Amino acid sequence: MSRKLLIAGGFSVALVAAACGGSAVPPSAGATSSAVAGSPAAAAPKVQLTGAGSSFDAPLFSKVFKGFQDKTGIRVNYQSIGSGGGVEQLTKKTVDFGASDFPLNDEQTKAAEAAGGPVVHVPVTMGAVSIGYNLPIDGLKLDGPTLSGIYLGTIKKWDDPAIAALNPGVKLPSTAVAVVHRSDGSGTTFIFTSYLSAVSPDWKSKIGASGSVNWPVGIGAKGSEGVSGQVTNTPGAIGYFELAYAKQNNIKSAVMKNAAGKFVEPSVQGAADAGAGAAANMPSDLKAVFVNAPGDTSYPISGFSWIVVFQKQADKVKGQELVDMLSYVTTAGQQGVDALYYAPLPKAVQDLDAKAIKTITIGQ
Amino acid sequence: MADTAFRRVSFVFGVLIVALVALMVYEMAQQSSLSMRTFGPAFLTSTTWDPQHRAFGALPFIYGTVVSSVLALVIATPISLGVAIFLVEMSPNWLGNVISAVVELLAAIPSVLLGLWGIFVMVPFLQRYVEPALQTAFPGVPLFDGAPYGVGLLAAGLILAIMIVPTIVAISRDVMASVPIAQREGMLALGATKWETTRRAVLPYARSGIVGAMVLGLGRALGETMAVTMVIGNRPVISPSLLDPSYTMASVIANEFTEATYELYVSALIEIGLVLFAVTILMNAAARLLVARTARGMPVAP
Repeated sequence: MSRKLLIAGGFSVALVAAACGGSAVPPSAGATSSAVAGSPAAAAPKVQLTGAGSSFDAPLFSKVFKGFQDKTGIRVNYQSIGSGGGVEQLTKKTVDFGASDFPLNDEQTKAAEAAGGPVVHVPVTMGAVSIGYNLPIDGLKLDGPTLSGIYLGTIKKWDDPAIAALNPGVKLPSTAVAVVHRSDGSGTTFIFTSYLSAVSPDWKSKIGASGSVNWPVGIGAKGSEGVSGQVTNTPGAIGYFELAYAKQNNIKSAVMKNAAGKFVEPSVQGAADAGAGAAANMPSDLKAVFVNAPGDTSYPISGFSWIVVFQKQADKVKGQELVDMLSYVTTAGQQGVDALYYAPLPKAVQDLDAKAIKTITIGQ
Repeated sequence: MADTAFRRVSFVFGVLIVALVALMVYEMAQQSSLSMRTFGPAFLTSTTWDPQHRAFGALPFIYGTVVSSVLALVIATPISLGVAIFLVEMSPNWLGNVISAVVELLAAIPSVLLGLWGIFVMVPFLQRYVEPALQTAFPGVPLFDGAPYGVGLLAAGLILAIMIVPTIVAISRDVMASVPIAQREGMLALGATKWETTRRAVLPYARSGIVGAMVLGLGRALGETMAVTMVIGNRPVISPSLLDPSYTMASVIANEFTEATYELYVSALIEIGLVLFAVTILMNAAARLLVARTARGMPVAP
């Protein structure tokens, strides 16, 4: 995979060099030399864009980038190698953009800024994380502290008083809770542990929020398909995965109590509402983790996914294409993504994105 | 003249392999130097793996790797020997060919497919039938303690056993087939049964070859990644129970490398790779020693 990426990177570097050669011709040099260079200004040559990162974004991108290519003729080559890998490739400048399910941390930011100056975070989509369970009960209700108790190992049985109190009149079995989590580092885990950190001081101090953490209990399964498979096979199991896996595999999902005290089922709409609620007090760098967002209909375990690019784009052609691509992805490209279980960006977030994209400088 | 050239070319290729391995070790040591400086030898004995708080220790992974591989060997060896003995000593030719072909087919199954089969077929089966039965049969025995999740060391050992059976069968079959017919005929002439002939005349003769087959199987088990990752439960704990989840060195690298977000984290994962390399060499050396021993102790003629 990485070799492929290197080849792709090398290929685009060669293209950049060619494009640079064209545009670097000084205007005073006369008509002959610009004709030799293939007149870059007249018919701007289409350069392929390359990106790498989040696997959560991959199905979305394959739809959206196809739409972008149909519209503009610009091909976007995306490698789904994981968020951390995407950020690293961006820092090494082997790709034009990275995609990540979590905002860059301090160390990543420092490394990236040393390599290519400030980076811009552009939220491109939102997703909801379902809490799937395997019990002969429909519509199980949970809240943040209870969920964190289960994942901390303090709640061990399904008929625990804390769960019973949330589900009056439901006959809960006294089977053991089989906790399942991701074993591979993932953005889904980041959103999930961010949520637990937001609702449980205990979780925040002992475990923290990250793409991979030191789990106190449970078994690790590889990938969302591994977690959903394990939950399906194990009576009494509980696990977390993206909404799409719950829907496609018909796994029952817990109804979560949100910040407003309302119980909300995981859904595309619930994630979108949470995003809209978060847009109101979004930080200027757009690195918002909006778990446990306000609003009656907000689903509390939702999060953004970002495209990350360098603010300074030295190459005129490629820089402009990148800006066009970002504009398309955050506006027209949002149409119909809910069929893939992504939440379309609310208007408020789209406006913030447009502002962030404007800060990108081209060819300086 | 041509001979000299040939010798030199082969020499270059031979050296190339050694250089390649040396380069890999050098590169891994280089990349993991940050982690080595930070944790020192405690890296090998610490049981904490907490990327969030920058604490890394390899012991649970070493334990999981060694135990799952040895377990696989313990399960696979008798089965493989049984198959090999049947193929060489008893089965009619046509049946032997069929069985050999199927065993070789088993070796060709991609490990990710075996892993999927493990998750969706073997693990639920273990969880529903095998593990509760083990617990009823051996109440209170620490080896079978804990909640029967299905995934865990036992599942990993079984998957690995399936993967190394073809290796052990193929080699021990060839070794047994090379035992001179006169050995068997002599034994039979003395009035020995088929079983006695196999046990006294064939197995001792083939012993060092069989141990060699086991070494190759063990080597494959130690490094196997994908199928194990899918069924071992991926939890860095050291538990005496075979039913509890565990973690191997290859699995943690595969799981966490793509999302290792800071330098020390990556460095620690590469050091795990280096440790895996060392463990593989150590176990290989131990096994070679065993082969040498058994070869020397081999009876000349029973």
